[in-house]
Amino acid sequence: MPTVLILGAGSDIAVALARRYAAAGFTLQLAGRNPEQLRPLEQDLRIRHRIAVTVHAFDALDFTSHAGFYRALPAPPDVVLCVFGYLGSQEKGQQDWQEASRILHTNFTGAVSILNIVAEDMAARGKGTIIGISSVAGDRGRMSNYLYGSAKAGFTAYLSGLRNRLWHSGAHVMTVEPGFVATQMTGHLALPALLTAQPGEVADDIFKAAEKKKNVLYTKWFWRYIMMIIKNIPEPIFKKKKL
Amino acid sequence: MRKNISNWGNYPVLNCEEVSFSMEEQLTQYVNTHDHVIARGNGRCYGDASLGEHSVSTLRFDKVLAFDEENGVFECQSGLTLDQILDIIVPRGWFLPVTPGTKFITIGGAVASDVHGKNHHSEGSFSNHIVSMKVLTAKGLTECSPETEPDLFWATCGGMGLTGIITTVRFTLKKIETAYIRQKQIKARNLDEVLQLFEEHKHYTYSMAWIDCLQKGDSFGRSILIVGEHATKDQVAAKAAKAPLELPRKMKLTVPFNLPGFVLNNFTVKLFNALYYAKNTKRVIENTVPYEPFFYPLDAILHWNRGYGKDGFVQYQFVLPMDKKDGLVAILQKISEKGWGSFLAVLKTFGKQDDLISFPMEGYTLALDFPVRNGLFPFLDELDALVLQYGGRLYLTKDARMQERVFWDSYPNAERFREIVKTWNPAGKFRSAQSDRLNFQFA
Ligand SMILES: Cc1cc2nc3c(=O)[nH]c(=O)nc-3n(C[C@H](O)[C@H](O)[C@H](O)COP(=O)(O)OP(=O)(O)OC[C@H]3O[C@@H](n4cnc5c(N)ncnc54)[C@H](O)[C@@H]3O)c2cc1C
Ligand SMILES: NC(=O)c1ccc[n+]([C@@H]2O[C@H](COP(=O)([O-])OP(=O)(O)OC[C@H]3O[C@@H](n4cnc5c(N)ncnc54)[C@H](OP(=O)(O)O)[C@@H]3O)[C@@H](O)[C@H]2O)c1
Repeated sequence: MPTVLILGAGSDIAVALARRYAAAGFTLQLAGRNPEQLRPLEQDLRIRHRIAVTVHAFDALDFTSHAGFYRALPAPPDVVLCVFGYLGSQEKGQQDWQEASRILHTNFTGAVSILNIVAEDMAARGKGTIIGISSVAGDRGRMSNYLYGSAKAGFTAYLSGLRNRLWHSGAHVMTVEPGFVATQMTGHLALPALLTAQPGEVADDIFKAAEKKKNVLYTKWFWRYIMMIIKNIPEPIFKKKKL
Repeated sequence: MRKNISNWGNYPVLNCEEVSFSMEEQLTQYVNTHDHVIARGNGRCYGDASLGEHSVSTLRFDKVLAFDEENGVFECQSGLTLDQILDIIVPRGWFLPVTPGTKFITIGGAVASDVHGKNHHSEGSFSNHIVSMKVLTAKGLTECSPETEPDLFWATCGGMGLTGIITTVRFTLKKIETAYIRQKQIKARNLDEVLQLFEEHKHYTYSMAWIDCLQKGDSFGRSILIVGEHATKDQVAAKAAKAPLELPRKMKLTVPFNLPGFVLNNFTVKLFNALYYAKNTKRVIENTVPYEPFFYPLDAILHWNRGYGKDGFVQYQFVLPMDKKDGLVAILQKISEKGWGSFLAVLKTFGKQDDLISFPMEGYTLALDFPVRNGLFPFLDELDALVLQYGGRLYLTKDARMQERVFWDSYPNAERFREIVKTWNPAGKFRSAQSDRLNFQFA
């Protein structure tokens, strides 16, 4: 059975993804900052789906540990899901470099650091799939979250370049751009119900799109069109809005 | 996030701060820093029991922790719902020890209401099958069972979340050979006959009756008794016997928005009449059916509660001691005269149960719906007076309106319950709109 590595396995979207891949029979490698917190999920997946699961310590911000982490995995993964992220506080980040750098380094630098290592391995093996969870927030900077948005924009550009590179060696890269998803990250926000996806729907979309080797997935699907409109608002108008 | 929430009866609607968690540490952190906290499972209680200032949703705390397939022992986090558990255990030859009439409730809710099923007379309520559980009380996370911290254990079973938040539950399952039920439906011309039939069929594991609340005279209390047993392999049809533990998947119907009240009643009238006047005039029908329609006839229509319209409804469920048949008659008569209740009610006999604060006791229980309307609550107060007079009580998980005194006078161990709750929840950290309404003094 193929193996999937989930980076940031404790998040709601990651839990839904783990269940989706487990239901399809994949072997799972769950990685997160606090492995003890992943034990219940590990048991859950084993019991529900009768599959093999391992748990690994991984911190996106501890760049120097990434190579060792990847080498120590019990098997090289066929699919790598890069799910971790940090929304943080835009307002705080404007004044406090600690917060700003945490947003940038979690969503961008940390992802680049680990995926560089994965990419080398997949390029050498000539196969594999990398799935990066970016965000529609990266499609255009807005005053309410441009620190997070710019880090995701960087991540989206990185994934695009990586896709280009790895195509030539037989591996695939998929960019995922979720719109609103009802998770812990957004629990305190009043999201419009019609535009908001449940983690399970997002996981389903991702799984199916990855099977079809899609390049860029918007989920829910209509976000592609919402973002098309948002990207096309002329800057002189856009800058005057409070978005 | 603050929002307006209500439970299954859509009454009352309260503005609560709703939060959720997926890891124990997040829960502990939240509980340590907040007061007026109450656990909320899947909101299938009818009234205000899981509403409060801070409503903590357990739905994302839904991991299976252990499943001993040899001995049928299951352990999970409290937000896991029964329908998910069934999906895991039935294909492996196990079933829930007790299940209410809907599978869309959480394990936490099953414990906190100490739910009963059609097998109460033979196998007791849910608490009867718990091995142990963990509760996050005001004193911290505490493991309890009938042997360790028994006070906490018994005050948590049926305790409506007032001892704290149940985090994990370990309980035993029941072995099955097939996913089917061998059922028998028997028509009863009136109340006397159906009570007689209950008695005659008490050796059946499962039993309950649908009772027509509108009939008067000779047909007063006409009903259909439904009894059943888990089918063995040789009792299912040849086709099903190939994969006896699997069920065909079905589409679900949803009631998309609030409908005016009469629609649902029309639906149940038709359903009942179809059964009662079934083409075959046989008094007894025996057949083998998948477990879903047997246990969860209403789950096939998601959100049927919206069928009562936007003002919502309350479900009135009481129990009377076995020797108070005259009380049952009196209450049923009052209900049928008024004509405000749903056309159908569920009637069932309970077996012996004598614990701290759970609803069941040996006797008859009746449950029916009342759409909220002017004058309803005074009328239900009159029914309460009868229930009290005959030594009965109301089911807290269905309650949205009972007056303080009714609770304290009808539950014989209410004071003792309060004493125990006070030791685990001394400052009323855990409290609900219901406990406030019943004037539960924690201090
Ligand atoms: C169609 C239908 C049929 C039903 N049939 C039956 C039946 O046959 N028999 C029966 O007994 N009941 C029946 N019920 C009632 C239902 O089983 C109970 O109300 C059950 O408690 C609902 O569980 P829930 O997960 O939805 O919890 P909620 O409704 O959200 O909460 C119910 C109570 O449990 C508490 N609670 C929930 N989770 C926790 C936790 N983790 N820790 C501490 N406290 C918690 C809440 O505070 C609240 O007091 C029925 C309900 C419906 C809608
Ligand atoms: N929710 C949305 O509306 C939405 C929309 C668009 C995109 N996304 C993206 O979707 C992904 C998942 O989001 P979510 O909503 O499910 O978020 P979430 O529940 O807030 O989870 C974020 C996850 O990232 C992990 N994480 C944070 N910093 C980390 C670090 N330094 N090292 C390792 N892991 C770290 C967290 O791990 P811990 O468990 O250890 O804290 C947590 O599991 C994120 O990339 C997010 O940006 C979400």
